[in-house]
Amino acid sequence: MSAAKRPAKAIDRRRFLQDASRGVAGCALAGMGLGWLATSTARALPAQALRPPGALAEDDFLAACIRCGLCVRDCPYDTLSLAELGVDAPATGTPYFTARDVPCEMCDDIPCVVACPTGALDHGLDRIDDARMGVAVLIDEERCLNALGLRCDVCYRVCPVIDEAITLEQSHNARSGHHAIFMPTVHADKCTGCGKCEKSCVLPGASAIKVLPHRIALAEAAEHYKLGWKENNPLVDELIDLPDRLPGPGTDNLVAPGGYEPAFKLPGGPGQ
Amino acid sequence: MKLKTKSPIGAEAIEAKGWIGAHRFLILRRISQAFFLSLFLIGPWFGLWWVKGNLSGSLTLGILPLTDPFIALQSLVAGHWPEMTALIGALIVGVTYALIGGRVYCSWVCPINPVTDAAHWLHDKLNMPKGWQPKANTRYYMLAMVLAVSAATGTIAWEFVNPISMLHRGLIFGVGFAWAFVLGVFVMDFVLARRGWCGHLCPVGAFYGLLGRGSVLRITADKRAACDDCMDCFAVCPEMHVITPALRGGDDDTPLILSPDCTNCGRCIDVCSVDVFHFTHRFDKTPSPGRVRTPSNSASGADKAA
Repeated sequence: MSAAKRPAKAIDRRRFLQDASRGVAGCALAGMGLGWLATSTARALPAQALRPPGALAEDDFLAACIRCGLCVRDCPYDTLSLAELGVDAPATGTPYFTARDVPCEMCDDIPCVVACPTGALDHGLDRIDDARMGVAVLIDEERCLNALGLRCDVCYRVCPVIDEAITLEQSHNARSGHHAIFMPTVHADKCTGCGKCEKSCVLPGASAIKVLPHRIALAEAAEHYKLGWKENNPLVDELIDLPDRLPGPGTDNLVAPGGYEPAFKLPGGPGQ
Repeated sequence: MKLKTKSPIGAEAIEAKGWIGAHRFLILRRISQAFFLSLFLIGPWFGLWWVKGNLSGSLTLGILPLTDPFIALQSLVAGHWPEMTALIGALIVGVTYALIGGRVYCSWVCPINPVTDAAHWLHDKLNMPKGWQPKANTRYYMLAMVLAVSAATGTIAWEFVNPISMLHRGLIFGVGFAWAFVLGVFVMDFVLARRGWCGHLCPVGAFYGLLGRGSVLRITADKRAACDDCMDCFAVCPEMHVITPALRGGDDDTPLILSPDCTNCGRCIDVCSVDVFHFTHRFDKTPSPGRVRTPSNSASGADKAA
């Protein structure tokens, strides 16, 4: 009497095809919605939300992070939290921190990376100075006290990679005419993005120096420009290297010994 | 109300076994659900960090890693090869549920189960219509869809909407607006579709069901000859189609409930006043004669009488 024992009829096949196509269609529709959500949430990672040290690039991160929160639990400074839905934060349940609230203290043993069971935080990161959570950018030069010519220096002093990630670059203070400006200057190749500078900026409210994700903070190097002071190779290998017109023997510079008389002289030129 | 005697569902079982006896597995299940939730909550609430993390991934007593194998699978198809810790964790969870029945997760651990059970209780109390009833195998299409979207977008796709993680993580780490997903499931099961979520759509349940296809722990209708057709087991079973082959089978059919959809919740055992059902293992070969068929007890006869 069970359905399985009945011989299959044509009507069963039709029924099956109808049910199957209905199921496929419904789920395809749901899948499109889910796919849209998965890609749009990934794009919507807000600029002030920083990933923990060693986090893979955002695209890879969302394939790897299972949102278990073990990194959050093992952070001794309660820096990290899991994003909550609807709060201005990255994909629900993924770990992040906001530097102005609690920065990363850059523990030597990097407990958050050790805790990660999936490698969404790359276990290859063994020196915290190699972490690249973001890049500090002195974003408001109109209000930064140092930029105004005062000596605040707090962001520079608190930097765990002081004199490498942030230096104070001296320049002339044109306003007073006889003082110096000590400009906090970030060097992206050394900055870990820990956010201690952003946290300690003395300005009320938002910080003048902010840690931004690399994708926002950094431009791409222009491959089609050659930096002549770094690379001597000409763009085209066969280019003829003409002699530079330096004063000296064999040139039309009469001042230098061995110089010769030019074939013609410009009116009002030298020697008249 | 049931069809035959017009008495409330489970009334005979309560009469025969007492209220506790007729709700044994329900009580145990609620205790189990509360136990697994509280394991995760005593850390953040009382600072006792026996278990860290959540159902997606956890670390117990600093040594035992556990990972949701369905999430690990999505991660794999999304193109990430997880660290060994997560793989071992997924293996431990996977093997455990493969042995005790994949959907034991659904009825004994999953925090959404009390939500949908509550929705069903209310649905029943208010005599709501069945509503939208997609095929029970729609969940497998959902499962395939989730894996396809994970592969296409390179993300662990279901975790963007999974009401289980939304609720569980929300309780442990802070909920934000994630309660909306939980409310959505409740409203759906209450108003739109009876047993709609867990019984028809949830891809997590589908995954665990497939995982536990060969599970050792099974329920048997070994005393099916004693069945008096009260239909209470069908009324309480969240996946009622799983009962029929075992209970209504003939002498040669196995009395074991082997469908991967069975959640091993044990409500059928509770609610049967003549103790037809028992927990056993899948290799149980105890002979179990089918019911002696008389005009009054055949299934079709009962249907017509109703």
